[in-house]
Amino acid sequence: MSPEDGWRRLAALTPARIALGRAGAGLPTREVLRFGLAHAQARDAVHLPLGVEAVRAGIAALGFGTLTAASAAPDRTTYLRRPDFGRRLDEASTAALTQAAGEPVDLALVVADGLSARAVHEGAVPLLSALKPALTGSGWRLAPVVVATQARVALGDAVGALLRARAVAVLIGERPGLSSPDSLGVYLTFDPRPGRTDAERNCLSNVRAAGLTPDLAAFKLHWLIDQALTRRLTGVALKDESDRLLAGPAATGMIEA
Amino acid sequence: MSYRHVVGPRTFVFSDLAELMAKASPPRSGDRLAGLAAGSAEECVAARWCLAAVPLPEILARPLIPYEADDVTRLILDGHDAAAFARIAHLTVGDFREFLLTASTETLSRIAPGVTPEIAAAVSKIMRNQDLILVARKARVVTRLRNTIGLPGTLAVRLQPNHPSDDPAGITAAILDGLSYGCGDACIGINPASDSVQGLTGLLHLLAELIDRFAIPTQGCVLTHVTTTLEAMNRGVPVDLVFQSIAGTQAANASFGVTLSVLKEAQEAALALRRGTLGDNVMYFETGQGSALSADAHHGIDQQTLEARAYAVARAFRPLLVNTVVGFIGPEYLYDGKEIIRAGLEDHFCGKLMGVPLGVDVCYTNHAEADQDDMDTLLTLLGAAGVTYIMGVPGADDVMLNYQSTSFHDQLYLREVMGLKRAPEFAEWLARIGLTDAGGALLPGGGAPLLAASPGLAA
Repeated sequence: MSPEDGWRRLAALTPARIALGRAGAGLPTREVLRFGLAHAQARDAVHLPLGVEAVRAGIAALGFGTLTAASAAPDRTTYLRRPDFGRRLDEASTAALTQAAGEPVDLALVVADGLSARAVHEGAVPLLSALKPALTGSGWRLAPVVVATQARVALGDAVGALLRARAVAVLIGERPGLSSPDSLGVYLTFDPRPGRTDAERNCLSNVRAAGLTPDLAAFKLHWLIDQALTRRLTGVALKDESDRLLAGPAATGMIEA
Repeated sequence: MSYRHVVGPRTFVFSDLAELMAKASPPRSGDRLAGLAAGSAEECVAARWCLAAVPLPEILARPLIPYEADDVTRLILDGHDAAAFARIAHLTVGDFREFLLTASTETLSRIAPGVTPEIAAAVSKIMRNQDLILVARKARVVTRLRNTIGLPGTLAVRLQPNHPSDDPAGITAAILDGLSYGCGDACIGINPASDSVQGLTGLLHLLAELIDRFAIPTQGCVLTHVTTTLEAMNRGVPVDLVFQSIAGTQAANASFGVTLSVLKEAQEAALALRRGTLGDNVMYFETGQGSALSADAHHGIDQQTLEARAYAVARAFRPLLVNTVVGFIGPEYLYDGKEIIRAGLEDHFCGKLMGVPLGVDVCYTNHAEADQDDMDTLLTLLGAAGVTYIMGVPGADDVMLNYQSTSFHDQLYLREVMGLKRAPEFAEWLARIGLTDAGGALLPGGGAPLLAASPGLAA
């Protein structure tokens, strides 16, 4: 077997960029360009503005009510430098959400651009679509879905508090990796209010077609919401044990349902 | 005590040394986020004028974080070498910069135990990038475990073969690829996806067996929490190097779940294993500007000064390797290529001035305003500055940590441009098994000797 065949076999064992070959001390041209493309896609995912109206329309088509909100970060540059601004609502959104709040609800859902609008464009509607039947079946009172821009995870605390929600789930674009510009994260917080820490949340990461699929993510999220509302907590004290359900034959039925 | 500087009609007043140091810092987003940065470019330079006039003994006499409140301050002051300091005790910060520019390698190594992190940080703030490079290049720090790292004219590389699910075959494939480029003399160091003791045990055995099979004069490391490594050592698992992330304040270290006494306990446990053949530097630390602010443990001190204080923690444990992970933390601390480049040079300079074997993870994330060209620039500047080691990540793309570092190819580039050799024992090994010629140049054949010795994977 030639060394080339040997390296090809090794390269199949890892997603890492091995066995690239070299031109002197440098990379072959095709590898420089491949890397450049992956970096360009990740950069574009960070800077692409969220298509708020299209996302809203997609969510409304699933039968959810919708609202919009903006953080106190006026633009992307400020957003990247000042994470504290991205965790607070701007004044207009605070007023609008206060106005929109009705009776207390069990769950508020926030769809936020975070660090990848692309992840939201491609992944938010599929996840909510997979989640909808379970939400309906549980009989929880829901707030309208809030589509939020220039948002960090903790913006959900302010939204959840204003909408009088017992728990908030934030679907947010994650920091794009070179091979995953489209990864959505989901953060669930019980009794949301400004000042909550990350240790008080549960997280599902890498939600995308090539990672944690929307169906599986919806199953896990529904399990976590149910546990959070029953046990009245989220965070380090709530471990994701939804896999135990998945392991049994009954669990397969739950996913298909 | 306050500091003043008059510029034309304006008088700039700085209420204390902490404010003066922060406002004298070259601009960066983390100090702005903390509300510590100078309000204008003029105020920043006024602060540097003031700082240049501060006598070094005054910095020693005014701890930025009180002795009673912080064990890193106690470590710095209790361990201070007054005899070494005596050579520079008559100098102001401004004089000290000029002293450093003219000092010899021997002088730098003699004063190192007398240089506190606050002194190193203060002088760095009034130095240009070229000053940081020139002085760091003269300051040599040599360490040993199974090879010799830090000799003049050498550059070592940590081979970083991470895998998103710690798959042993995938990790081994990346190690073989890295070795075929002559990487791995600093260490072969895995960041595990799982932090379980079981996972750690498997990876440590994998590294020990691979290093044994090829008889590589290097050391393995799995970069997990120090308490997990301690547990593994208690269970008899082979540990060459103990890793831990550290920071410059007691509270920030506490947020990492680390105390100085746990570090001491781990160092002693690793020394007792006697796995070194040439020396007994058994610790590996990582640091990075912004970690204390991120942990809300910065005491109103600027991030570059706190970073230098982390090197005082490192220095107390005679480490084999210490590296800043300079661009990993994100744009809210270092916004763009310019800020990352400056921080990388500052960190390397401060570490070397304090006698710490500093390497740099030249890196960035995708939400920072930086790209491969910025990394090439910093890498080249650090090569000129005599950086102890850099990372070797396949294709510069870490598929587990989701950031971009330097690649196997990048170290070849730096060796060719700067004429830098590998650690001598490792270089001999590469020549012996037929991967390089006697001069250290890679031989054609694409790492065939490694493939031939790894039939289980490659065939």
